[in-house]
Amino acid sequence: MKTSLLKDIFWKRFKKNKIAVIGAIIVFLLFIIALFAPLLSPYNQNDIDRNHILEPPSFKHPFGTDDLGRDVFSRMIYGARTSLLVGFVAVGIATIIGIFFGSIAGYYGGWTDRIIMRFIDIMLTIPTFFLILAVIAFIGPSIWNIMIVIGLTSWMGVARLVRAEFLSLKEREFVLAAKAMGASDRRIIFKHILINSLAPVFVSAVLGIAGAVLLESGLSFLGLGVQPPTPTWGNILTLGKDNIEIAWWLSVFPGFAILLTVLGYNLLGEGIRDALDPRLWEAE
Amino acid sequence: MINYILKRIFEMIPTLFGITLISFMILHLAPGKPTDVLADFNPKITPEARERLEKMYNLDKPITVQYVLWLKKIVKLDFGESFSSDRRPVIDKIWDSKQPLFERRLFITFMLNVITMFVILIIAIPLGITSATHQNTLYDRITTTSVFIGFATPSFWLALLLMMFFGVYLGWLPISGLKSMNYDSLSLTGKIIDRINHLILPVFVYAFGGLAGDSRYMRSSMLEVIRQDYIKVARAKGLPERVVIYRHALRNALLPLITLIGLSVPGLIGGSVIMESIFGIPGMGQLLFMSVMTRDYPVIMGIVIIVGFLTLLGNLLADIGYMLADPRIRH
Amino acid sequence: MMFARKYLLYIFIILILLPGCKEKTGSYVQSNSKEQVYEPAYGDTLITGSIGEPSVLIPMLAGDSASHDIAGLIFNGLVKYDTDLSIIGDLAESWEISKDGLVITFHLRKGVKWSDGVEFTANDVLFGFNTIIDDKTPTAYKEDFLQVNKAEVLDKYTFRVTYKKPFAPALSSWGNLVVLPEHLLKGKDITKTTMIREPIGLGPYKLKKWIPGQELILESYRDYFEGRPYIDRYIYRIIPDPATMFLELQAGGLDMMGLTPLQYTKQTDTEIFRENFQKFRYPVFSYTHMAFNLKHPWFKDKHIRQAIAYAIDKKEIIDVVLFGLGSPATGPYVPNTWPYNPNVKKYEYNPEKAKQLLAEAGWKDTNGDGILDKDGKKFEFTILTNMGNNLRKNTATIIQWRLAKIGIKVNIRVLEWSTFVNEFIDKRRFEAVILGWSISPDPDQYDIWHSSKTREKEFNFIGYNNPEVDELLEKGRRTFNIEERKKAYFRIQEILAEEVPYIFLYVPDATPIVHSRFKGIKPSPIGISYNLPKWYVPKPLQKHAMEP
Repeated sequence: MKTSLLKDIFWKRFKKNKIAVIGAIIVFLLFIIALFAPLLSPYNQNDIDRNHILEPPSFKHPFGTDDLGRDVFSRMIYGARTSLLVGFVAVGIATIIGIFFGSIAGYYGGWTDRIIMRFIDIMLTIPTFFLILAVIAFIGPSIWNIMIVIGLTSWMGVARLVRAEFLSLKEREFVLAAKAMGASDRRIIFKHILINSLAPVFVSAVLGIAGAVLLESGLSFLGLGVQPPTPTWGNILTLGKDNIEIAWWLSVFPGFAILLTVLGYNLLGEGIRDALDPRLWEAE
Repeated sequence: MINYILKRIFEMIPTLFGITLISFMILHLAPGKPTDVLADFNPKITPEARERLEKMYNLDKPITVQYVLWLKKIVKLDFGESFSSDRRPVIDKIWDSKQPLFERRLFITFMLNVITMFVILIIAIPLGITSATHQNTLYDRITTTSVFIGFATPSFWLALLLMMFFGVYLGWLPISGLKSMNYDSLSLTGKIIDRINHLILPVFVYAFGGLAGDSRYMRSSMLEVIRQDYIKVARAKGLPERVVIYRHALRNALLPLITLIGLSVPGLIGGSVIMESIFGIPGMGQLLFMSVMTRDYPVIMGIVIIVGFLTLLGNLLADIGYMLADPRIRH
Repeated sequence: MMFARKYLLYIFIILILLPGCKEKTGSYVQSNSKEQVYEPAYGDTLITGSIGEPSVLIPMLAGDSASHDIAGLIFNGLVKYDTDLSIIGDLAESWEISKDGLVITFHLRKGVKWSDGVEFTANDVLFGFNTIIDDKTPTAYKEDFLQVNKAEVLDKYTFRVTYKKPFAPALSSWGNLVVLPEHLLKGKDITKTTMIREPIGLGPYKLKKWIPGQELILESYRDYFEGRPYIDRYIYRIIPDPATMFLELQAGGLDMMGLTPLQYTKQTDTEIFRENFQKFRYPVFSYTHMAFNLKHPWFKDKHIRQAIAYAIDKKEIIDVVLFGLGSPATGPYVPNTWPYNPNVKKYEYNPEKAKQLLAEAGWKDTNGDGILDKDGKKFEFTILTNMGNNLRKNTATIIQWRLAKIGIKVNIRVLEWSTFVNEFIDKRRFEAVILGWSISPDPDQYDIWHSSKTREKEFNFIGYNNPEVDELLEKGRRTFNIEERKKAYFRIQEILAEEVPYIFLYVPDATPIVHSRFKGIKPSPIGISYNLPKWYVPKPLQKHAMEP
């Protein structure tokens, strides 16, 4: 009963926040586009056409064509898939690692906590972009490598969040009660505490996806993006950068796609955070 | 207080050690060797020549030995020599004492980041406060959306658009670099104006992207503070809202921001890679990228340790600042 | 890699100048017809841009093209290539080659001075030679000099080298790699001297100032032995992003840069560009190719390689990737040079023939998934290429698409250079690669094709082994008789065309652009910058006044 009441409050508050709803709609549309990419794209996204190189938008090619004569509209649609995939997998990896270290540190405390926290400090002090750059440059920029490396270098925030939640939750009655009844550590961690600390982690994951999408475009800019012929918004935009004066369509469409997507995720994440934050409830 | 600072400084040592260890291992365990780059793909170079180079750089030794050799030098503050064919000392590449201050890489990046940070704070703090005090109004929504637009715009794209518009089309601002060709013949005022002109676009693009973090943080921190009891009391006493916000709430709301600034140092260096590349600014980010692409291990390690040190220093200063500003946690 | 040894490598061929018009004339026509005649004048500054920064300004130590760009202005060689690709004297006034081809005697110019005022003598050449063959010198260029048996100074102005065996590329190797100021370097570790970043040379320009990461400022050397260069200053700006560089060109921050094919054809075809700039076009001395790993079970079979050659449309690649600014390659030589054999087997695009050849080898699509298979294995392979070269990446993408049409699945991996060489090329862990070779005007390619050069880290990394080619390569480098050499290299090209160890793709054109106030540029087969000291800006057009 308690949870359903919370859910009602959450939805009420979330729906009141119009920009969060806009964010949710953007993210939802993105999902639809990515899911139905094969149905939505008018051409094969990899078909090269020597006779239609760098053509501006027209009825035939609504977003124009690129430097190999490929249909930019179709590539943008498939690019949505890549962006979504990179965001989700990278953040998924980061979240899992973060939860793992965060819950262990928070639950056990003591030396375990100290060692993990020191490790987190170290990871936070190394410029992560440098790590990503070095690893991608050295092992080669495939889409999987990019997702994994982004994941491996961005879990520290989640770990800290989870640890903080654990520290505050583990002294609560329901956990103490479970302990007194002889529940195992694993059961307590997963069943009782973790569930209760998921909300802030979820918010940080949504924001993390936005960051991963931007990171992919930055890597493309440096020539370390996903391998051809896979389209990503980042590599279309980089192509657009080099041809910005003669082919505006190559940078305007992916530029705005990235902008809208990242904006969507951010607004959504902030909206959820506000709606979940009990401290803000009194204001109602 | 002094004890606390000493303890913190002492704690920096193992962290720095950890940073170098992790970075060193990642670099050296990755496939490929720096000698390949030096040799390039030239049919006239013999395999023997490459082996000689490897010996010269100790690359034939086990990785642990290499790390210890490097460590032994670094404790004496010897950063070693670059692997690139000029074989300059690493420290000269980062902080070239033969060049004027304005031409040293570390200074350039540092200065650019400090200016940007300053600009961000000047805009983000009032923006955060006002959107907190006007929570859920149209104003709040517009500022929220605009700072996120800044965050969401790929910086290199925005940079190029602005370069085209202000540099080529209008011709008002220089496109790249740090100073003009005729810099040496300018008067002192002319020189200062020239430098500022070159900084306008990079600082704008950089700050526009970084606004979201600080202003959102400021907003939520402010929201939290104005819900505290003492603010309620102040309001109940009938103090004007302006006084309540700027006298009582602001000071406490600013505190968490100090920590955030300390933590953002490594991220700024990361962002510098892209910004310095597109604007042709010869700073640390550019050097880092070039060194990564040419496997210049000593330079990479030098940058990592300097950035790590600056980050830790930033954190420490932030904590000290926090303590000075907030009497409650002065143990 | 493409431009290593640039200043000796500069080569030939039809220069086509076309500001806007596509007429293929061999002569250079200024864009506005009523060209005013100007007097050459001293002064002004030429500003050029580069993506990379030089590292070392001593030619024998430099590995990158940026370093060679600058070092080439500061140092001269004993000989150089003339505009017609023949070898002419530079610091050497004349030379004699003994009848057996083993001994070359150089007679040096008298009165040439290093920019610190000390006279240049034969000892400087001997010193440079001893340095380059020294084990401790980290140079990539010693191979040619290890062929020398004896080098000696006969008198102040006479230098003699004796070879172990006749070595056809011998004369051309005496370029700017081996001329060093002995008086400044004797007894010093060359890798540690200030010369590396503050060189003293005897070329047309001398380094005045180097601001790391920003620019190198060169000043004309007034006592240059061929006469004071007209342009007083040469500034080399480092601008890492090509899009930024192009914007700088438009905003007046640059006077000269190399254009991409796209910029050349589409972005500079405007009134502003026609009025303010002059564009040039000439073939580069290099070719891009796709190489097969001949140890791979499928690619062992020449019919498979031929099938793939038929499935690739070179013309399409040139049209799309190079916007037509290049020519198809048919062998490891550049068209219109003397070793080039135009009459070899050419693989015109013919997907049907490709499919037929594959079917004969047993590759058929038995399960209808669109990919050929044989014994349950799909025909799928990976093309590797290096990062930072968009032309190669696009070439790979087109090949991938074309091969998909005949049922071959291709993956592309773009790798950072060091990983690419060390982990994949050296260890032979590749199926096919797209690469380019820069070539010298001398046709000797022993290191690339000879079967003895297949060890790890050597350059016959595809494992090519043909006894007849081995013999011809040996013959070609041991005789000075052009006709005999030509015969050997013609035959090699026929064999390579038949066996397809590489698919030779294209020879790209260089497409530099220079501000139109610069006069005296005489495009030639070896490019435009060979006569940089003779470029000038007429007094009324000068832009940058010399500082007081």
